[in-house]
Amino acid sequence: MITATNLALLAFLAVLAWAIARIRNLFVVTMLAGIYSLLTATVFVLLDAVDVAFTEAAVGAGITTVLFLSALLLTDREAKPRKNRLASLGPMVLVVLLGAALVYTTLDPRMPHYGDAKAPAHGRLAPEFLADTVKQVGADKPTATHIPNVVTTTLASYRGFDTLGEVVVIFTAGVGVLILLGGNATRRRRRNPAPREESSGAGSSGKGAGA
Amino acid sequence: MIEHVVLRVIAKLLAPFIVLFALYVQFHGDFGPGGGFQAGVIFASAFILYALIYGVENARQIAPPAVAQAAIGLGVLIYAGTGVASMLLGGKYLDYSLLAHDAGHGQHYGILIVEFGVGVTVAAVMITVFFTFAGRRGVLEAREDVATTEDDEDR
Repeated sequence: MITATNLALLAFLAVLAWAIARIRNLFVVTMLAGIYSLLTATVFVLLDAVDVAFTEAAVGAGITTVLFLSALLLTDREAKPRKNRLASLGPMVLVVLLGAALVYTTLDPRMPHYGDAKAPAHGRLAPEFLADTVKQVGADKPTATHIPNVVTTTLASYRGFDTLGEVVVIFTAGVGVLILLGGNATRRRRRNPAPREESSGAGSSGKGAGA
Repeated sequence: MIEHVVLRVIAKLLAPFIVLFALYVQFHGDFGPGGGFQAGVIFASAFILYALIYGVENARQIAPPAVAQAAIGLGVLIYAGTGVASMLLGGKYLDYSLLAHDAGHGQHYGILIVEFGVGVTVAAVMITVFFTFAGRRGVLEAREDVATTEDDEDR
């Protein structure tokens, strides 16, 4: 049953990816990308990665779609048709070869199967994290302060420094958007120009933002 | 979209529940799936929904850009400050065990504080990025107006 569901979801993902690559209407592409993220979140749920699925649903299907839509407001609805169709053949061949190579490596008998307890990734650190989460983080009163979500303890405590880096990355992205597109341009123009321009600029900017 | 009655009413009804769910995800991340990243995004989505229906200008009055921009840095400060606090208490950077009377409570408090910092930064960045993109349209139209008036002056 799980295999059938997985296959169906992966087939949907493949069809969506093909459609996203083909369709030129950017509004439709944005919506399809949102659906793609939601399906990916479902795949993550089936893989028992609930935290990742949650993030994918909130960030990939939610915010990213809205940000793409607001970026679409600033550009055309349609992508320009490709002038030379043969030019996209090279990347296509490259991608197919890479995908085939990745699938081929999973067929290697030395690769651990999905969920294999003996996989190298489960051999080191992970058992210690799992055992110590209750012992160390919950200390001597496991019932009182025990943190059941190992993902949270790993993310915020064992790898606290790593997560600090991630937050700084988001901080940098926000500051970067502010510097590139931020309000400074508006403010500078409102301070400097002649009165007639100023009034026309302010009026239409209010109208545009409200639309 | 302010003229659609259904959208307006539903958006106003949903917004508080979205915020409440964000707070649940934020402060329940130690027991269930969730944490600062997801909570921040959900929190921001309430404001973005409001801005989509009622217009960016109205949303800016609820979440002033200056506050949102300050919160971007505040979240990082909360996170990094927790590390400094644990150093001042005699431990290593981001070693939460010393934040309370015993290591277990210390870890729990530390994780909650740090996740709160993550949530503040993520929510503030998302709100700011959306406002900046949405406000950009006004800037572009204003610039076209300025360009046309300059053309008029040239003639």
